[in-house]
Amino acid sequence: MHDVQNLADRLVDLKRRYPVGQPDLVTDVVLAVLGSMTGDISHRETALLHEIGALGEAVATARLEIAALKVDDITVSYIPCATDELDAIVSHTAAATESILEACETLDMLGDTLEGEAARKLQDATSKIYESCSFQDITGQRITKVVSTLKTIETTIARIVMTFGKASITASTSSPVVEGDGLLNGPQLARSAMDQSDVDKLLASFD
Amino acid sequence: MSMDKSMNVLIVDDYKTMLRIIRNLLKQIDFNNVEEAMDGGEALSKLRVGNYGLVISDWNMQPMTGLELLTEVRKDTRLKTLPFIMITAESKTENVVAAKQAGVSNYIVKPFNAETLKGKIEKVLGNA
Repeated sequence: MHDVQNLADRLVDLKRRYPVGQPDLVTDVVLAVLGSMTGDISHRETALLHEIGALGEAVATARLEIAALKVDDITVSYIPCATDELDAIVSHTAAATESILEACETLDMLGDTLEGEAARKLQDATSKIYESCSFQDITGQRITKVVSTLKTIETTIARIVMTFGKASITASTSSPVVEGDGLLNGPQLARSAMDQSDVDKLLASFD
Repeated sequence: MSMDKSMNVLIVDDYKTMLRIIRNLLKQIDFNNVEEAMDGGEALSKLRVGNYGLVISDWNMQPMTGLELLTEVRKDTRLKTLPFIMITAESKTENVVAAKQAGVSNYIVKPFNAETLKGKIEKVLGNA
């Protein structure tokens, strides 16, 4: 019993000396405690100390593995680069869509000077162009979702790096804030979305 | 019942390309008096001072969403019966139900074609 109290006192002393836990220190602490123990300790206490030691080694290994991943490259370079590229896609396709619409509006004005079959055919064609141009809105929303996901990954990785790489900083347990959280989720993938006829049936069910 | 195509139509979307597309499609079916708003708040201000016969609004906008706009419109004694079509890429059951419960007149899923837009307008104005 005296030995257990002695162990507890030593652990408290070590905690006081190292108020901020550092994973690789855990192993050193356990070894130091084991090495300085006098008298007998129970099998249970020995097993506990070994488990703590193993845990410390596992955390230290994880730190090395994370360091080997060069996570800074991911957060500093890869993800910002990817989001910039996606933003550029949205911007370029928006500009292209504006040009298409402008040309289409010119055709519509030309159509106003025509009559009969020619006018109808031209309007059908420009209608289809207008309809097709709405792809820009849909792809824009989809890309925004991807950018938001990448930012969440970036935040999560940064938190892991803080936790394992800078032990003096305590990781927050709150969820990362994602821009536009209050909005809907944007376009759904075809496999999980209702089409117009499904929506019409649902609306009709209210009548 | 013939539609009054000279009525003022307010289209609401925070994406100007989409406003341009809808405006052009409306023009092709002879709705020429079309005004635009870039979010729910701007739309509400215009609706409260103007005289509109139809609202066609996107859902996903900030700071005031299309659903919030619809709710405000239905609370306004002067606007509560105004035909209101929601256009959105959201087609989850709960979204459609929420819009219906808020008093939407009809609901169009993006991407849509001119025929769908025309059909929904005819249905909404026919029932108005």
